Amino acid sequence: MILIAVISLGVIGAVGALFLYAASKKFEVYEDPRIAQVQEVLPGANCGGCGFPGCAGFAGACVKADTLDGLLCPVGGASVMDKVATILGKEAGNAEPMIAVVRCNGTCSARPRTNQYDGAQSCAIASTLYGGETGCSFGCLGYGDCVKVCNFDAIHVNPETGLAEVDEDKCTSCGACVKACPKSIIELRKKGPKSRRIYVSCVNKDKGAIARKACSNACIGCGKCEKECPFEAITVTNNLAYIDYTKCRLCRKCVAVCPTGAIHELNFPPKKEATTEAKASAAKPAPVEKAQEAKETVAPQQEMIKEKIN
Amino acid sequence: MLRTFRIGGIHPPENKLSAGKKITALAIPKQVIIPLGQHIGAPAVAIVKKGDQVKVGTLLAKAGGFVSANIHSSVSGKVNKIDNALDASGYRRPAIYIDVEGDEWEDSIDRSETLVKDCSLSAKEIVDKIATAGIVGLGGATFPTQVKLTPPPGNKAEIVIINAVECEPYLTSDHSLMMEKGEQILVGVSLLMKAVNVNKAIIGIENNKPDAIAHLQKLAVNFNGIEIMPLKVQYPQGGEKQLIDAVIRRQVKSGALPISAGAVVQNVGTAYAVYEAVQKNKPLFERVVTVTGKAVTSPSNLLVRIGTPIQALIDAAGGLPENTGKIIGGGPMMGKALVSADVPVTKGSSGVLILNKEESIRKPMHDCIRCAKCVDVCPMGLNPAFLMRSTVFENWETAEKDYITDCIECGSCSYTCPANRPLLDYIRMGKGKVMGIIRARKS
Repeated sequence: MILIAVISLGVIGAVGALFLYAASKKFEVYEDPRIAQVQEVLPGANCGGCGFPGCAGFAGACVKADTLDGLLCPVGGASVMDKVATILGKEAGNAEPMIAVVRCNGTCSARPRTNQYDGAQSCAIASTLYGGETGCSFGCLGYGDCVKVCNFDAIHVNPETGLAEVDEDKCTSCGACVKACPKSIIELRKKGPKSRRIYVSCVNKDKGAIARKACSNACIGCGKCEKECPFEAITVTNNLAYIDYTKCRLCRKCVAVCPTGAIHELNFPPKKEATTEAKASAAKPAPVEKAQEAKETVAPQQEMIKEKIN
Repeated sequence: MLRTFRIGGIHPPENKLSAGKKITALAIPKQVIIPLGQHIGAPAVAIVKKGDQVKVGTLLAKAGGFVSANIHSSVSGKVNKIDNALDASGYRRPAIYIDVEGDEWEDSIDRSETLVKDCSLSAKEIVDKIATAGIVGLGGATFPTQVKLTPPPGNKAEIVIINAVECEPYLTSDHSLMMEKGEQILVGVSLLMKAVNVNKAIIGIENNKPDAIAHLQKLAVNFNGIEIMPLKVQYPQGGEKQLIDAVIRRQVKSGALPISAGAVVQNVGTAYAVYEAVQKNKPLFERVVTVTGKAVTSPSNLLVRIGTPIQALIDAAGGLPENTGKIIGGGPMMGKALVSADVPVTKGSSGVLILNKEESIRKPMHDCIRCAKCVDVCPMGLNPAFLMRSTVFENWETAEKDYITDCIECGSCSYTCPANRPLLDYIRMGKGKVMGIIRARKS
């Protein structure tokens, strides 16, 4: 009896196996094995920062694309892209590493409160209700919608300044915070050589006097930086300066002329000819103050500036 | 048994402190700031420029689209500048600044007090005159009146319903207007009836204003087809759909306009403005504003020119009390806290409410205990707790399926929640998001 059972089951199994084999041959969908290989080297965060739906989508796009230009895994960075390039036998694209930048320096001391908000602690909700707790209706609200969406623990609200701050080492420029910010303050900018970069840390489009009254660190749209810039990288529209990071050559001339300290430089070594800088700060006491406040805001890199000024 | 709407509703303490106070005209300020966007829809387009001399009633800005309204000068003087001005929400929006010189009115305006009852104009002429005068819904929603009086094709108005319920606690501006300008209001109602070609109008008044009900009932005898209906006190009876349900027992379908139920709903203040516009050629440039609050020295009903800073109103009512926590523009339920007392009075300002610190503090939020009190009180029959959850988890499809877009933002849910959950704050944001998604899908 046992023998019959074994044989009959064995035959059924063999027939089934034959059928499945035939079916799998007949209906086979070819998938490039390289997709799986590429996916293996990707970080697997599925953050969507590359612009594709998850790592699998990005791997598929890499395999399909003729060149890797413009394709970048922001989390993995250049090292991962090199690995991808080796698998695919293509040149790694020269996409620049980016980083999220919070363009607001309206610290608690610089931007006096005019009212108090005690509603739901969410930037999106507060901004549907009104302009914010200070005279500036453009600035950071500080309820941390960006913090909630960050998958990499790279952005936090500093309780001292009330502003969101990006952790340079952790930020993968996936862009989740950029989308979450209802005030459109956060921008993805070129990380720059040795993480050096210059940006206008303000998005206030009010006229100079109004902006200045609301926040002593605001861009007043005076246009000095626009005139000073040798590379035409700065444009002032709607009373607000903007530095085009594709044109900026990091000469730092704009930082010196800015009367309110709205233009920030990050990770630069102290300037050699400190004389010009000293003159500028002696003539206008404001930048000294600003730089010191900036130190609080923008992490230890600013220590260098402090040293320079002192 | 008095009628009211059939689903939900609450009855907050009425606190009608300024009831029975006569309407007093507020002195004209030195400068007025007249915002270009005082109504729902496209902002008006300025037609004056810096340095122009204007009189009271001069057209300053033309309607900027189909759903938009003209804006007239509320003072005589010189246009100082056209610049961004702080509005009630803390954002800066375009406005016309006028330096006041004297008080010279346009010659076309009839300034006499005599009641003009007869009107020989056709329906279209009345609507045109209303549009020219820049009249918007004065209950607070500020929807341009002429648009409401032009039903979309296929819809026929059967009845005019006048919203005189004033269901918001504290506010008494409509009440005082009914007591003092009763006849004018009734003429205005007849004009509205003529404009939409119906022969029946019902004025719904909540039962906490017995003097106004008696007064209007006495006057209405001389007017054909106007009935006064006392209603049970229930918030938010002033909501269009709630009032239609209360008065004619019809429900407006989700997403449909009130006209689909055959009703044209107008505020009692709007009816008065219509009277003045059609019979006296007076554009909408002043309105009655209640200034009130428990600590206010003399709560009052003031006749205020549009563009007057709120501070002037507070001064007229005895100044800002010491223990002030919040200044609310509008009533306590649907009004919004003002960011500054320098913002101007607009067409939609029905009241200025000064809350003390204790009243204005929000208590800490706790977890939802599923008590369903919010479901009981929602006048639209929605489930606020679920809508808030959908918004928190950004589950827009569920929110849309649960009719988040039908929310009238009355705040009954937040008012009643024993866990102090900011239900309306979340639902309002979710509603905006879902409406954006629906718009994107359509285009």
